Amino acid sequence: MALIECNNLSLGYEGKPIVTGLGFEVNEGDYLCIIGENGSGKSTLMKALLGHKCVISGEITFDNSIDRKEIGYLPQQTVIQKDFPASVREIVLSGCLNGCGFKPFYSASQKKTATETMKKLGIDDLANRCYRELSGGQQQRVLLARALCATKKLLILDEPVAGLDPIVTQNLYSLIKEINQNGITVIMVSHDMNAALEHASHILHIGHTPLFFGKKEDYLKSDICKIFSVQGGDAL
Amino acid sequence: MIQTLSYYLGFTFVQYALIAGLLISLCASLLGVTLVLKRYSMIGDALSHVAFGAMAIAAVCSFAPMAVTLPVTVIAAIVLLGVNSNSKIKGDAAIAMISVGALATGYLLMNVFSVSTNISGDVCTTLFGSTSILTLTKSDIILCTALAVVVILVFILFYNKIFAVTFDEGFAGATGTNTRLYNNIIAVVTAVVIVLAMNLVGALLVSALIIFPALTAMRVFKSFFSVIIGAAVISVGCSLIGLLVAIIYGTPVGSTIVVTDIAAFAVFSIIGKIKG
Repeated sequence: MALIECNNLSLGYEGKPIVTGLGFEVNEGDYLCIIGENGSGKSTLMKALLGHKCVISGEITFDNSIDRKEIGYLPQQTVIQKDFPASVREIVLSGCLNGCGFKPFYSASQKKTATETMKKLGIDDLANRCYRELSGGQQQRVLLARALCATKKLLILDEPVAGLDPIVTQNLYSLIKEINQNGITVIMVSHDMNAALEHASHILHIGHTPLFFGKKEDYLKSDICKIFSVQGGDAL
Repeated sequence: MIQTLSYYLGFTFVQYALIAGLLISLCASLLGVTLVLKRYSMIGDALSHVAFGAMAIAAVCSFAPMAVTLPVTVIAAIVLLGVNSNSKIKGDAAIAMISVGALATGYLLMNVFSVSTNISGDVCTTLFGSTSILTLTKSDIILCTALAVVVILVFILFYNKIFAVTFDEGFAGATGTNTRLYNNIIAVVTAVVIVLAMNLVGALLVSALIIFPALTAMRVFKSFFSVIIGAAVISVGCSLIGLLVAIIYGTPVGSTIVVTDIAAFAVFSIIGKIKG
């Protein structure tokens, strides 16, 4: 069975649909990129996947092997975080919180997971640094490490490269690709069509209704891809 | 000076008052870090005004002040924090409205249905705290101490959850933390701290006790844990100095503590600048 399956899904707020007729599935090891214009319902879909109440009709079915609590999520940065006094270690460790339940403190194995994840992402030397003093790329790595602490299966990324310069963006994309190749399923919401086409295995292109869902190779041959590419992929 | 001090410190109720005062400052500073970082400083301020209004009602109906102020402030806290997370209602306007509304109603009630001969004295005490901590009654102090201990325990037990909800509510919620529950815990604890701190520094100065230690610690410290510990130490230290000065020189307790807090803020700002 697929990890996530949606059939004829309608999403919206207060009964007003934003996107209708969504149907797609995500299998283990996939790298799905959700693309579409502003207001097309990308973020709404992502919120629905994360368990917010915005499903109007239809259903999102998760495979039994995945716990809804065990989704790693990389949100967009909030204003609060910009001057937040917290060390990198504290933030990464907070990704382990979903494994705590009612226990008030982190276990030794959770602390070890956090340390190992920081090493994997090359931020272990920053562990005691203050988050607000890091560069944008380093901050994203910290948040990515936190997301990886929260999951062993599925990572959902919301515009992970927003506001980063081209080199840092490339590094972050290859890091995400590497994580995906290590067996973690990735769902990424993005404006960046070129990157989506370069890295993803599947594309979901939405604009109030799904315009396309399928493998990247098929997407490249589709009309919708050609139309949007002519208009300039980045402008999406 | 030392003679005056040891004379006063000889009384057990002065010792109790000191202990209660320091515990309250400790609670306020712990919570203050979260409130400041969540941009909820003004909510603390509004809640203290609500507590003032509730206290006026209690005085008019001659109920025990705590029995009225505590539940009213807790409800107001849950409502205000709820309003703030709903982006459709402009949070700051609602806060300002409740804040001045409660203040005006409270003063009006105290004036019209006056039960004492010295209205302005009563109002002044409620707003700026007792002129002396020595006028706190023993039952006040016992209740304060008990509640303060509960607040500190809640904070320690939920420390990691409070950090997660403060730093990134979206992530915490998505990964299965019950953000609503913890926000409500923060709201209730905030209300309790404000009602407690009102006894010490008065309704208008409560937010100072909450905000100053947190901001002072943030000038210098760079991790959440060190900010919390720093704020706690700064708060207790400033309150101790403020209380002792107030006892020796007979100055109003609340404003003396707050002025000490301001001084600490100035010193730490300079240290923060120098350290870069």
